Amino acid sequence: MEGILNQLPIGLSIAAVLLLIALGLTFTFGQMGVINMAHGEFIMAGAYTAYLLQGFADRNAVLVALPVAFLVAGLMGLILERAAIRHFYGRPLDTLLLTWGVSLVLQQVARDLFGAPNVQVQSPTWLQGSLGPMPYNRMFILLLAVGSVVAIWVYMNRSAQGRRMQAVMQNRQLAATSGINTGRVDQRTFFIGSGLAGIAGVALTLIGPVGPTLGTYYIVDAFLVVVAGGLGQLRGAVIAALALGLLNSYAEFWTNASLAKVIVFVVIIAFLQFRPQGLFVLRSRALT
Amino acid sequence: MRNVFLRTTAAAGLVLVLAACGGEPTESAAGGGAASGDTIKVGLLHSLSGTMAISEVTVRDAELLAIEEINAAGGVLGKKLEPVVEDGASDWPTFAEKANKLISQDKVATVFGGWTSASRKAMLPVFERHKALLWYPVQYEGLESSPYIFYTGATTNQQIIPGLDYLKEQGKTKIFLVGSDYVFPRTANKIIKAYAAANGMTVLGEEYTPLGHTEYSTLTNKVVQAKPDAVFNTLNGDSNVAFFKQLKSAGVTAESMPVLSVSVAEEEVTGIGVDNIVGHPVAWNYYQTTENAANSKFVAAFKAKYGAAKVTSDPMEAGYNAVYLWAEAAKKAGTVEVEAVKKASGGIALERPEGLVTIDGETQHMYKTARIGIIQPDGLIKEVWNSGEPIKPDPYLKSYPWAGSLAS
Repeated sequence: MEGILNQLPIGLSIAAVLLLIALGLTFTFGQMGVINMAHGEFIMAGAYTAYLLQGFADRNAVLVALPVAFLVAGLMGLILERAAIRHFYGRPLDTLLLTWGVSLVLQQVARDLFGAPNVQVQSPTWLQGSLGPMPYNRMFILLLAVGSVVAIWVYMNRSAQGRRMQAVMQNRQLAATSGINTGRVDQRTFFIGSGLAGIAGVALTLIGPVGPTLGTYYIVDAFLVVVAGGLGQLRGAVIAALALGLLNSYAEFWTNASLAKVIVFVVIIAFLQFRPQGLFVLRSRALT
Repeated sequence: MRNVFLRTTAAAGLVLVLAACGGEPTESAAGGGAASGDTIKVGLLHSLSGTMAISEVTVRDAELLAIEEINAAGGVLGKKLEPVVEDGASDWPTFAEKANKLISQDKVATVFGGWTSASRKAMLPVFERHKALLWYPVQYEGLESSPYIFYTGATTNQQIIPGLDYLKEQGKTKIFLVGSDYVFPRTANKIIKAYAAANGMTVLGEEYTPLGHTEYSTLTNKVVQAKPDAVFNTLNGDSNVAFFKQLKSAGVTAESMPVLSVSVAEEEVTGIGVDNIVGHPVAWNYYQTTENAANSKFVAAFKAKYGAAKVTSDPMEAGYNAVYLWAEAAKKAGTVEVEAVKKASGGIALERPEGLVTIDGETQHMYKTARIGIIQPDGLIKEVWNSGEPIKPDPYLKSYPWAGSLAS
């Protein structure tokens, strides 16, 4: 019985991880329609940022790394958008191939810079220990996920920039004719989306391996959350992450890890049969 | 459209170029037979890219070191060894294809290669078809004995069974099995369950996770709820990092519940984080700290060639040994011809970094000493138990009555 109860906070913490890795994608994939296979490598860049900052901040590197990783991954995203992706808007297949290539290049760059073996990121001493079944580092990730969602919500709905972003997403042509510089909005969206991947990367150093292939372990899950939640929908991503986290937690508890993965996939596929557009849909008057 | 195509191919091309930048000593494809000319070609076939590169690159490094040392000492049969390095790319069909290339095109005298059992199983038919030799350097699940493979890592009765003996001696009779979901852990766990049934131990649970799995909180909860005395861990690769980090944050310590691993060596400890794994036991045949003259020399030479921060581990040492054992057999045979080398190999005994290693001519496995070690705060492993003498390899566990049903 205790085991079953423990799975509830475990499900929440899985959901928090899913949400963190998917938040950035709700921007780049959800809002801009860019299938960015290199999103996982931006997560990796965030993790390595925490690794490098250990030299300055020692055990508190994880905290210092949060803003730095946001900038590092954000800039990487910005460069990718400016140098390549903007030439491919509206051609999802080409974008997919391009960004997949970029992700392989970035993995190899990481391998050359940091070596193939995993590196160690020490977690802060104040994050060691647990409250019941909920380790402090999991709680930290949960708070980070909640904080990120709140920050994004405020930005999207309370700032002029965020409103412009929504306008471009709802109807690009109309936004452009209203005087919004859509190119600049795209850059900003991509910067924020990629930066969020960097933050996720820092959080993941607390619980997982830090190596060149780190991104590949999370990229599929991130896309699942965004697709199930409905493209570009913050609420959708939150609810989808929660549902998938809890489903994963209980499915694995009652069966095993391999089967739980299958169950999650089957549920998502079945769900998309009924709601191919995901949980929430963007309502707009655009004629698309 | 043309523009797009060019850009896409440029990106793909860049990927290929980067993937090819392995920095190999030789990739020349001159024919003429292994022993003709004044060099003998030998193949080194490991994953230099992909997920397995983490582990396999170090084995290749150790093998290159052995070749260098043998050449410095005059080579084999008066000829220098010339390594031909190929990349298996963590992809099993590629291993078979590259093995074929090394044998047919480069006409190497022998091949040193592989890590995962899947890669070995992919190469096995190639070597048997060409009647060529493969030296495989990693501990594995046993139940195999190909006439064209020499196994220089441990088989189950030299690693897993001693590991269980150790747990039993420590009074840890209730165990929980955790492993990656593929052939090695599943076979190993079958053996563990048979051993447990015959030795009064209880297996409280058995869990597998896909390779590359990183979410271990549910599994940790299951293990903690089952309250075992110890965990027997056959996870492979990056999963170990996630598993030990999450186990530690759930409050599990080496004192309360030791986790005995068979795939975590010196190399992996840094990535996992010493903090997360200190005090847990591992089972191998060699540690960097193993004390003897051959090991001091090996560790010093390896650090001199590859950097003082590098560590040496069991699979690296087994790869290093493989080159020496083959060279010794070739010297004894007076030729590098495969059948003659095979015939000469039985009974060859060398003092190696792990202690005395003897080739068992019948199974083409090695007599090896089993060693249990505890992970130290400095990241190295200290031996706390050994089998006293080299154990005769028994890949089919014929000498263990309780294992009767396993081989079939």
